[in-house]
Amino acid sequence: MSTTLNVVTSQEYKYGFVTDIEADSVAPGLNEDVIRFISAKKGEPEWLLEFRLKAFRHWLTMTEPEWAKVDYPRPDFQKIVYYSAPKAKVAKYASMDEVDPELLRTFEKLGVPINEQASLAGVAVDVVFDSVSVTTTYKEKLAAVGIIFCSFSEAVKEHPELVRKYLGSVVPAADNFYAALNSAVFTDGSFVFIPKGVACPMDLSTYFRINNKESGQFERTLIVAEEGASVSYLEGCTAPQFDTNQLHAAVVELVALDNASIKYSTVQNWYAGDKNGVGGIFNFVTKRGLCKGKGSRISWTQVETGSAITWKYPSCVLLGDDSIGEFYSVALTNHKQQADTGTKMVHIGKNTKSTIISKGISAGDSSNSYRGLVKVQPKAEGARNFSQCDSMLIGQTCSASTFPYIEVQNRSARVEHEATTSKIGEEQLFYFQQRGIPAEEAISMIINGFCKDVFRELPMEFAVEATKLLSLKLEGSVG
Amino acid sequence: MLSIKNLTASINGTPVLKGIDLEIKAGEIHAIMGPNGSGKSTLGKVLAGHPAYEVTGGEVLFEGQNLFEMEADARARAGIFMGFQHPIEVPGVSNASFLRLAYNKKAEAEGRDELDPLEFDDFIHEKIKVVAMREEFLDRSLNEGFSGGEKKRNEILQMAVLEPKLAILDELDSGLDIDALRVLGDAVNKLQRADRALLIITHFPRILETIQPQFVHVLSGGRILKSSGKELAVELEERGYDWVMEEAAAGGAR
Repeated sequence: MSTTLNVVTSQEYKYGFVTDIEADSVAPGLNEDVIRFISAKKGEPEWLLEFRLKAFRHWLTMTEPEWAKVDYPRPDFQKIVYYSAPKAKVAKYASMDEVDPELLRTFEKLGVPINEQASLAGVAVDVVFDSVSVTTTYKEKLAAVGIIFCSFSEAVKEHPELVRKYLGSVVPAADNFYAALNSAVFTDGSFVFIPKGVACPMDLSTYFRINNKESGQFERTLIVAEEGASVSYLEGCTAPQFDTNQLHAAVVELVALDNASIKYSTVQNWYAGDKNGVGGIFNFVTKRGLCKGKGSRISWTQVETGSAITWKYPSCVLLGDDSIGEFYSVALTNHKQQADTGTKMVHIGKNTKSTIISKGISAGDSSNSYRGLVKVQPKAEGARNFSQCDSMLIGQTCSASTFPYIEVQNRSARVEHEATTSKIGEEQLFYFQQRGIPAEEAISMIINGFCKDVFRELPMEFAVEATKLLSLKLEGSVG
Repeated sequence: MLSIKNLTASINGTPVLKGIDLEIKAGEIHAIMGPNGSGKSTLGKVLAGHPAYEVTGGEVLFEGQNLFEMEADARARAGIFMGFQHPIEVPGVSNASFLRLAYNKKAEAEGRDELDPLEFDDFIHEKIKVVAMREEFLDRSLNEGFSGGEKKRNEILQMAVLEPKLAILDELDSGLDIDALRVLGDAVNKLQRADRALLIITHFPRILETIQPQFVHVLSGGRILKSSGKELAVELEERGYDWVMEEAAAGGAR
């Protein structure tokens, strides 16, 4: 029998180290006192505490969603630490010199540019470590053109009116189980505001790192682009290797006003658990963009390679006439990973357009599902959608599923859906090998070809990283 | 160059090759002919290292090296090329980048300079003339949506790029019209030199009018039943395969 495709093992997760740093944490468990503690810790105004408590009270009435094609032990929400921050010598870092050197070394090791001088990439970064934002680079430079880019906590203090106006306006606190939980206990995240007519001069980026073994990460990101503004935003994430599961339940809200454009790219590389499925991050995330204004555009590009469980549907609500929503996704699962990911495109305004390109790659014993909804509401005259969902299987023991839901309530709408399933099999590999190309390189070339339509949507550095990451994740997929 | 001794091989436990002996020297052109299911394609795949086949006995030396100690990709870099009967399609991978990677892998193995995309562009534009391929095929995804004939043209282009020592061409003529067959046959002939060898695997003798072998072998039931000069091909064209098998059954096998 053949042995070419039998063994699937991936290279060790290289971000799996733990930073030994003193943390300021609350005891595990969730109740109103914990929420008051978080809110007080952050010196929040009363209305925000109310927002949290209201979300929490609603959350108590909700049950975990069961419809996704994922199977995992339900988290015990009383065992999670809801606030963990590296202990700071001072309340707020005035300069990078005050940041614990251990923390700086951590991000150096992760390759995250947190020093503006040392950063050649020309990307402004907000760095989030467990529950707090450590630093944000290029703030002054961006402020000069009126752009606000800071940690969420800081935004609450410095720009409460903006936060209050937009927080929960796209993902209501009671939207779903995990969004409600996030609304109750979110700790930090990033805030971006691009004023009218400004094109953000550099890519903005947030890097999330879970370090604490018991902590959950509940970050909140809010990006607002005013009329005619545009921004490209990148998100990256890693976590140490633990044999327990950590919960990551983020909420990301995007608001685009008239003719504004937001491009949101993610390379997700949370720890995926070992090859037997022990440990790893539960990634239960709600991401949604509101194309509020006419001719606005929101584009999601995601490369999902990590997490034990991924439950994530970056969506677009196309409210403004002529607005455009896009979703480009590569989801790779290996070993025992499970991903149920996709998008929702809700067409409300006239002549709204959406594009969905989803590429799922499954290897090992993993399960990879695309789940997508295209909804055309009655007034969405002339709405158009194109969806393409391709799956690729590597080996014999993985699975891929596609669940496309289409609801059309306007007869002038045009909705197209295409789907393919292919397999990297012996014959393909043999063809490459017969031309002198080793199997590993062959897989990488085939995968990159398969993902090309998505990768070309990524900013350059991210595209390079994504390409490398996929090869790394599949290293040893052939034996 | 290639020395096959008492080679046996099976797929999923079923024996397909039952003792093959064959010597191919540099400069020679051999044709393996035989009815469908005779094992002739298997022979090519076993030599190239297809993972589905298990070698159960015998020995194959390629330039003195034990072939079965080499992975399929190492065999290719050592100079064994197989033109596929059914080349696979790979969406998203451009033909040009595939060709360049293959070229560079071989160049690297031989200690030659690798070609960057611009250098390769010059190089490949000369090569496509040899097989009369249109330029647009370089930018298209590897074999995707190619007709049968275009796929075969692409196979010979790859052969021209890699310049193998031993080329095994499996059913090159299937899917080709007469004109295309002549073009590709001529291209193969031009690539043939005193230090290279060809093994043509074919059901129909037609292709052997263009690529003329010095040796013709009839393979059936996993064994070579008859070996002779190129006149054998003419005889097979006229009489089919049955008489060879009858002769073998009567004890005439060599």
